[in-house]
Amino acid sequence: MPDLGTYAVEVLASYAVTLALLGGLAGLSWRRWRRLRAEMERVERGRDG
Amino acid sequence: MKALLLRDLRLAVRAGGGFGLSLAFFLIVIVLIPFGVGPESAILARIGPGILWVAALLATLLSLDRQFALDHEDGALPLIATSPLPLEGVALAKALAHWLTTGLPLTLAAAPLGVLLNLQGPAYGWLVLTLALGTPALSVIGTFGAALTVGLRRGGLLLSLLVLPLYVPTLIFGAEAARRGAEGLAATTPLLMLSGITAGSLALLPFAAGAVLRINLR
Amino acid sequence: MSIWEYANPKKFIATTTPVIPWAFGGAGVCILGGLAWGFFLTPEADKFGSSVKIIFVHVPSAMMAINAWAMMLVASLVWLIRRHHVSALAAKAAAPVGLTMTLIALFTGAVWGQPMWGTWWAWDPRLTSFLILGLFYLGYIALWEAIADPDQAADLTSVLCLVGSVFAILSRYAVNFWNQGLHQGATLSMDAEENIADVYWLPLLVCIAGFILLFLALVLMRTGTEIRVRRLRALERQAQRAVA
Repeated sequence: MPDLGTYAVEVLASYAVTLALLGGLAGLSWRRWRRLRAEMERVERGRDG
Repeated sequence: MKALLLRDLRLAVRAGGGFGLSLAFFLIVIVLIPFGVGPESAILARIGPGILWVAALLATLLSLDRQFALDHEDGALPLIATSPLPLEGVALAKALAHWLTTGLPLTLAAAPLGVLLNLQGPAYGWLVLTLALGTPALSVIGTFGAALTVGLRRGGLLLSLLVLPLYVPTLIFGAEAARRGAEGLAATTPLLMLSGITAGSLALLPFAAGAVLRINLR
Repeated sequence: MSIWEYANPKKFIATTTPVIPWAFGGAGVCILGGLAWGFFLTPEADKFGSSVKIIFVHVPSAMMAINAWAMMLVASLVWLIRRHHVSALAAKAAAPVGLTMTLIALFTGAVWGQPMWGTWWAWDPRLTSFLILGLFYLGYIALWEAIADPDQAADLTSVLCLVGSVFAILSRYAVNFWNQGLHQGATLSMDAEENIADVYWLPLLVCIAGFILLFLALVLMRTGTEIRVRRLRALERQAQRAVA
């Protein structure tokens, strides 16, 4: 852990917020993607069978 | 086009058209400002042109959704669309009618209301000049926004969200020219930019509004 | 073989699905690696102290906030001219990503501004322009959400994107002009691309690459999701018609 001096809070906060926002967006997109892919497969199987 | 314009004007002036509504709103906002920031006349004189500009912008916004909403509800809009007048012309006529019933009265009312905000001598002229140059742009941009949201439920709220960012450059140059003029600084550049925005919007946005109307009526 | 073949939704999904994990992986490696590099291995700058490390998140997110809008503009034009549904859906998919980037850029800018300029928020031209850009994203997303018919929504948002682009550029110049009117010639922004030492430049490049890859992965994935939503809705309608 490097010594951040006076600006420790600012630097850590911006890194944390950035990673949280990007991670959150990626997570949400990923969940929706998986849910829809599953639903799609279910519907298409239902159509064939 | 002239017939449409006259019809819209007549509808607006008659009861329920909301002709006086935006003027009354303008008046009330201006009256409320001193309650909010305090009665010191020096401060009021300094922020006066900007306040009047913002208030005029909000008053314009208030009456936008009536432009197409009423015609859409009673089914007149498809009829107008089938007339030989192209939809671009319809949009322009609507914008013109909106300006005549909102922008022009606001411009004229701004000078007497300036007294309430303790405006000084040259400020009146600059304020009226910039509003006269800027409000047509507000009307045309607003017509585009109203055309976008025509037929939507909760369209009014969405309309504000869409139109307000589009108003930013007009507001900046208009208020800046009024402020500089009032303080005796050179105001030519913002004035030219303001005129440029108005001219550009007048020339191009009716086409965008017409295209959008066509999509919405499909 | 032309690029328009990817306008076929099925082909688009088939081609991009294998790409997505790679883009995600690359993005993860680049962003985490670049940030770790910037965080642990760069020295403190003379004037800025350790706060200089914020640029590794600030500059890439600000870049992508603008690039996302540019991508939406191109996608909207493609939709209006060639009417490829994938293009319209890609524009829709990119908007929340762009909004997130704008928020990150604004937040990190404010956090940086606090110790540097002594205020959380200054009406600096760049900050103000980003705020306005954020408002444009909000309006665009709200319009997509408000309209039920997908083709109509795609048409209207595309026109809004075109008109909005013109006004966003106008706002940029207006804001520049307006702020110079307040503080003569005083510019608060540090131009990050200029006179920046290699020590910072290299990890910054890695971070930028990571953000680009992440944007790519997110947009491809979200576009695929939107395509499936659309397809499911069409299938549902078909099933309803079959029953009736």
